[in-house]
Formats: sequence, structure tokens, C-alpha cells
Amino acid sequence: MLSPGEIIYQALFYLFAGAAVLAGLRMILTRNPVYSALFLVLAFVNVALLWVQMGAEFLGIILVLVYVGAVMVLFLFVVMMLDINLATLRQGVTRYAPLGLVVAGLIIAEIVWAVWGHFLGVGNTPQTAASALSNTRELGTEIYTHYLYAFEVAAAILVLGIVAAIALTLRWRPATKHQNPGQQMRVKADERRIRLVDLKAGKKGEES
Amino acid sequence: MNEFTQFVVGVWLQVPGWAQYLLIIVGEILAIVIPVILVVAYMTYFERKVIGYMQSRIGPNRVGIRGLLQPFADVIKLVMKEVVLPRNANRFLYFLAPVLAILPAIGAWVVIPFYPGVVVADVDAGLLVLLAVSSIGVYGIILAGWASNSKYAFLGAMRSAAQMVSYEIAMGFAIVGVLMASQTLNLTEIVQLQAGGIWHWYFIPLLPLLAVYFISGVAETNRLPFDMAEGESELVAGFHVEYSGTAFAVFFLAEYTNMVLISAVASILFLGGWLSPFEGLSWIGQPSTFWLLLKMAFFLFLFLWFRATFPRYRYDQIMRLGWKVFIPVTLVWIFVEGAMIIGNVHPWFA
Repeated sequence: MLSPGEIIYQALFYLFAGAAVLAGLRMILTRNPVYSALFLVLAFVNVALLWVQMGAEFLGIILVLVYVGAVMVLFLFVVMMLDINLATLRQGVTRYAPLGLVVAGLIIAEIVWAVWGHFLGVGNTPQTAASALSNTRELGTEIYTHYLYAFEVAAAILVLGIVAAIALTLRWRPATKHQNPGQQMRVKADERRIRLVDLKAGKKGEES
Repeated sequence: MNEFTQFVVGVWLQVPGWAQYLLIIVGEILAIVIPVILVVAYMTYFERKVIGYMQSRIGPNRVGIRGLLQPFADVIKLVMKEVVLPRNANRFLYFLAPVLAILPAIGAWVVIPFYPGVVVADVDAGLLVLLAVSSIGVYGIILAGWASNSKYAFLGAMRSAAQMVSYEIAMGFAIVGVLMASQTLNLTEIVQLQAGGIWHWYFIPLLPLLAVYFISGVAETNRLPFDMAEGESELVAGFHVEYSGTAFAVFFLAEYTNMVLISAVASILFLGGWLSPFEGLSWIGQPSTFWLLLKMAFFLFLFLWFRATFPRYRYDQIMRLGWKVFIPVTLVWIFVEGAMIIGNVHPWFA
């Protein structure tokens, strides 16, 4: 007999897992691109909730914070601004389907190869560390001691990506007009751009 | 009376275990949501009164004694009005948007402690949960703008989305500062670490971060002087221009709930939450939820004061303030704080 807490825990697990899978499918199958983006958000949120249930609370929260709170907002932004013509996008779906299937199969095979032997064996799931330290602190200790170099390399690649993206899209147009807020604020007070007048507060019934 | 209590206890014991569990959770949720909604209701009244007096007016004074029943009159009026769906609007998303706006606004309260132990979910990563949940709020606004099929609503939504995403970064960095000082993400512990009187609160070593946090909070909630999302003069009412009746009321509720939330978080992180400023002085030095409410009231008053004082920012100025002023300020202060931690500056970084 499961305790009430466990029943709710399991019910929630199947709810989140089912919703994540369904949202993923709908994200690909739906016609409206805005709906697609929203289903992806739903899938992210459900996966994050699953992670939190498994005890990886830091990862789950960061997934919501970064992907749902920032990345997908920008995606949605772009999708809403562009009037995407689905008819042209759909051209050649059948032609490219075999290639797509091969790629999908490869990715699945790689994931299975990487994960199966270590973690998916029954009773072989990664255990959450039963320590007094919080999840966040634990992760921080791991990253900044054992995986410091890998982490720094990843950070450097990200910075490079940011700089490259900005450098590629930045165009100086000579005709645009700019304001220099610093200069604007250094306006001399004695130039009397603004005159402050002290108005006496009038009393009731009194002409001002 | 005693028999009645026994009867109630008897009924409660008859309820199956899982239902008890659910009922307790629902009870906890209601114990937070109902007071929050009442605070929001009277916040609108307070806002009109405060701004009224600041502008030499009286404010609402017709419904009830000194206008005290005005919020209820407003609610009844809004609920009675027809909810209009614009032509060619996306029906599903149009009605989903207000739900997505109110959900994170109320959901974030789950980690807010009002007193040690008086919190729905005392999670380790409370501060992160708070950040994550409140970052979802922007969807309500974007979807409202898009689903309304109106260019004013869409422009308002775009402005607001860019603004909220930008200021979230500054806000996050300000919170990193608190994190460095407290070494924990649990909100209850953060308050308890500030025990020892007003000089132990984090607002003294982290004053620039408090300023950045609160001003970003004003920008996050799209309040004046950062209300580009609504921009009454050029966008009519921005993202909620097409909403009427209850749907509009829900957006309104979400905005005000977020204001109260920002005030609560600022009080907890920087002003020692429920701790008394006169700690150690007989009865007045006792920690109490009263102090938390007083600090929240102070921040809420600041929101209104800003609104009555400052003219609206221009859009590029908002972006400049967020990216080129606040983010560098927080980054610099994080290093200053690091130096203070290394130097064991008392009493905060002992």
C-alpha cells in the first residue's frame, strides 16, 4: 500500500511525463508556428518538473529560468514577427523524410549507447547524494573542482558565440542619429535650460 | 462547543489520507491567495488616495466611509462588464494569456516565508524558484499582444517582452550578491542570517544592489516610469487594450500581485524580513510578521511615489539603463562584495 504522498508523487510523474511527450509531438505536428513554440515551452516546463521530482532541482529550475524565461521568449518574439509561410516550408517534406529518419535514428542510437549501460539498467539509476549540502552547492563544487577546465572551455565557446553573433549582425550606418546621454547630462546649470519656479500653494477660495 | 469540535475532528479522521493531504495543500494555498488578493484590492485604493493627495486631490471618497469600499465597487463593475473577443483574434490564446499572467504572479508566493516555518514550500533553492517562476510571467503579456490581433497590443507586448527579459538579468545579478553574502538560496535562512539588529541587514553592504533590484522590479512589473508596455499616450493601453471585464481585471490583478511580490522579496533579501530593526530592545525588538508587512508597505509606497513623481522613460533610455548602467553596476559590486568577503567585513561577512 502506497502512502498518500507516494500516490500523488507517482500520479504527478505520469502527468508530467505524458504531458512532456504529448507536447513534444504536438510541437512538431501543429500547423501554427506560434503554437509550436508554445508547445515547446510546455515540453520544457514538464521536463523541468520531472527533473525536480527526481531531485535535480537546480537543473530543473535553471531549465525554466533560462530556456522558458529567456530563450523561448525570444523565439516566440521572432516567430510572431515573421509571417512564416507554412506552404513553402512544407515543400519537399517527403523528399527529405528518409534523411531525417536516418538522422533521428542516429541520435537515438547515440543517446542509448551513451546512457543505457550506465543508467538505464534497473536499479542502476543515479542516486541523489544523500548529504546535508544542498543540490546547488553540490553541483557548484563538482563543476568548479573536478570539471573546471571543461566548464571554462564551454564558457569561452559561449562568449565566442556571442561576440561572433554580434559582430556578424552589427552594421554601422553613417546616416543614423545618435544621442550621447553623458553629454546630455553634462548640460551646464547656468545655461538656464529649465527654470524652476516656486509656486505658493493656494488656500481654498483664494485666487492664485 | 466541545461536542462540535469532536464532531469536526471525527469527520476529519473519516477523510481518506490522500484527500487530507490534498485538502491541507488547498488550505495552504487559499491562506496565501486570499490575503494577497485583499492586499491588491486595497493597494488600488491606497494608490488612488496617495497619488490623489500628492496631486492635491482627495481621491475616491464616495463608496463607503472615506471611500473604503471603492475596491469592491470596482471589482463588481469589472465583473459585470462584457468580455469582448476581437474579430480574428485567436480565441484560445486570447483567453489563455490572462491565466498565464496571473499564474506565476500568485505561484511565486509559494516560497515566500512570512515567519520561520510559515511558508508553503520551504525549499532549498527558494530564491531560484522565485526567479524561475516569475520569469514565466512575460508569456501572458506576449500572448495577449499577439492573440488580440491588434497592432497597438502587439507593439505593447514587444516592448514589454524586451524590457522584462533585459531587466531580469540585472535582477538576477542583484540576487547573486545576496547569494554571496548569505551562502544559501533558502529564503528563511537568508532572513535568519541577518539577525542582530538593523546594522546586520544586507542593505548596508549591498545598497547598490538593493537599488538595482528594486528599480528592476519596477521595470519588471511594467510600472511607471517604465510602463512602456501600456504607454497610455501612444499605445492606448498597450498589450491589454483589447481586454475588457474580468479578463482585464485578471491582468490588473497580476500586475499588482507582482508589485506586492517584489516588495516582499526586497524586504526579505535586503531588509531582514520579519526581523525587528530594534533587535534586543524588550518587546519592540521581537521578530514578527508585522515587521515584514511594514517593510513591504514601505516598498509598495515607493512604487506609488515613483508613479506620481517621474515622467515616463523613453524606450531607448530604458534599454540603456538596463544594459549599460545596471548590469555593470551589479558586476562591479559583486567584485567589491567579494573583496569584503575576503576581508571578513563585520558584521555581515563574519
